[in-house]
Amino acid sequence: MMENIIKDIQSRFKISDIVNTRDNLNFVTCPKQETIVLITHMKKNLGFKHFVLMTAVDWIEDGLFQLTYILNNPKKKLDVAIRTMISREEATMESAHKLWRQVQTYQRELKEMFGIDFPGSPRVNENFILEGWNDIPPYRRDFQTKEYAEQTFFPRPGRETNDPSEYMKKNLK
Amino acid sequence: MKKQKNIFSWQPDRSKYPEKKKNGKLDIDLSSGKFVKLWQGPNHPGITGNMSLELTISGDEIVDAKTHVGYLHRGFEKLMERRLWIQCFPTCIRMCVAEPDYNEYLLAKSAEDLSGIEVPEMAEWLRTLVLEMARLQSLLRTVPGQAGTLSLGIGVQWGVYLRDLVLDLFEELTGGRVYHMYIIPGGVRGLLPDGFKKRMEEVLKKIDEFVKNIENLMYNNIIFKKRTIGVGYIKPSWVNKYGIVGPNARAAGFKRDVRKDYPYLKYNELDFDITLGKDSDIFTRSVVRKKELLLTLDLIRQIMAKMPKKGDIKASTPNVLHWKIPKGETYVRSESSRGEYGFYTVSDGSKTPRRINLRGPSYTHAISLLERLLINANIADVHSIMVSLQTCPPEIER
Repeated sequence: MMENIIKDIQSRFKISDIVNTRDNLNFVTCPKQETIVLITHMKKNLGFKHFVLMTAVDWIEDGLFQLTYILNNPKKKLDVAIRTMISREEATMESAHKLWRQVQTYQRELKEMFGIDFPGSPRVNENFILEGWNDIPPYRRDFQTKEYAEQTFFPRPGRETNDPSEYMKKNLK
Repeated sequence: MKKQKNIFSWQPDRSKYPEKKKNGKLDIDLSSGKFVKLWQGPNHPGITGNMSLELTISGDEIVDAKTHVGYLHRGFEKLMERRLWIQCFPTCIRMCVAEPDYNEYLLAKSAEDLSGIEVPEMAEWLRTLVLEMARLQSLLRTVPGQAGTLSLGIGVQWGVYLRDLVLDLFEELTGGRVYHMYIIPGGVRGLLPDGFKKRMEEVLKKIDEFVKNIENLMYNNIIFKKRTIGVGYIKPSWVNKYGIVGPNARAAGFKRDVRKDYPYLKYNELDFDITLGKDSDIFTRSVVRKKELLLTLDLIRQIMAKMPKKGDIKASTPNVLHWKIPKGETYVRSESSRGEYGFYTVSDGSKTPRRINLRGPSYTHAISLLERLLINANIADVHSIMVSLQTCPPEIER
């Protein structure tokens, strides 16, 4: 079943890096320009009607963001995860909000947390979780959580801090 | 399926309600005096946790609703990127306070899938038991919680008492009441204590009794029926459109349950059917949850009967302080009491995860679905509708 689906999308789109993680889960990579068309094709023609999730992975060393869309076919009980790489410098992607209603929430969160823009997506510029944030988007790899916390907040007096790995090493001896 | 009319919200005179502008947005002029903005939450007894609703009302009818989250954001997904895999366990469980065990199971399962580790059979049984216990304690809050939104507070008190008894069992088994960290990569932390089965049965019998009482308090109660039948109706066509899962989808007649559709752990060795409803209103969702509570009791009894008495509980894993998970990515899912709950995990081959992303049912239920469902609802029904979706804000702002 999964083989036929992969063959179908392979014949229509320039997909690569096909990884068969499980019998019912495949990862594929698709060029940025074709991704939304591929997702639309899978929804309309291949029965992938359930949108599982959408998220980003920051490959800072390559200067890329990986956007992952996971789609599910509830009848055939199959999952296909579509990866697409976009530049960190020009982090924009075509919006998929017309396909499923919840996609706009995912895109709003990605705009806030990774700085990836989805022009045309409803309420994409509204604050989602953060309010009055003026630093770089916090889920990018170059955002230093610890430094930010040390600069912004004050340590509570009387607390002892241990580096977990050092602490465990000492205690396991 | 016939759409039921919400007799409490529908006003025949629509002249005073806002019209849509050309861009599709509602024409709401607050200075006209026809509309009022009302914030419900983040600190409100009818809110399911730390979130708030920005409601625009006209009379007692809601014309626009927006969900606001961010009162609980602790950046767990980011924090996990800077921690060893084993250190992610105490972090990830806090992504859902109501059912933390699903987080530890999914993280352990992701690490095992990426590393190719096989979990011993005994550990799989114990994991199944713990996940069903987690569902049980969650439903013990949610089922009577629906009555609580209509001021039938006694049911909530019964539920909280019984949940405490389940937490006692958790404490006995794992050492923790709310957060357990019992499921670890490769297996679980311990076997059942002596006499656990007997004590479990005693608690289950009390819950059987509770369900009978709940039947009278809620489902045979005219006030409860009047306030919930036909209210908060979810059209079946919305299920795929909004990504609705779990009891909310099943109450709309969709036969979807991860335990049946994608069997994991020992669910394919257990005998059970998917609970279904058809009317898709608050009442039906509540009845579906009550049936699931009964199903959970049955599944726990089946697990206790079928589980082997002895066996390995943990596969061999590398030293957790130096464990590097091979490069790769995966998506694993389970059926929580709220629906499909999944982890998308990416490893770059280092000691820390590259990315862990949680797919929680509330992400869609509490935002896009709730915002739609509240339109034209009566203001008195807001918390009832929200509780009927079983929303859990921590899983929105991981």
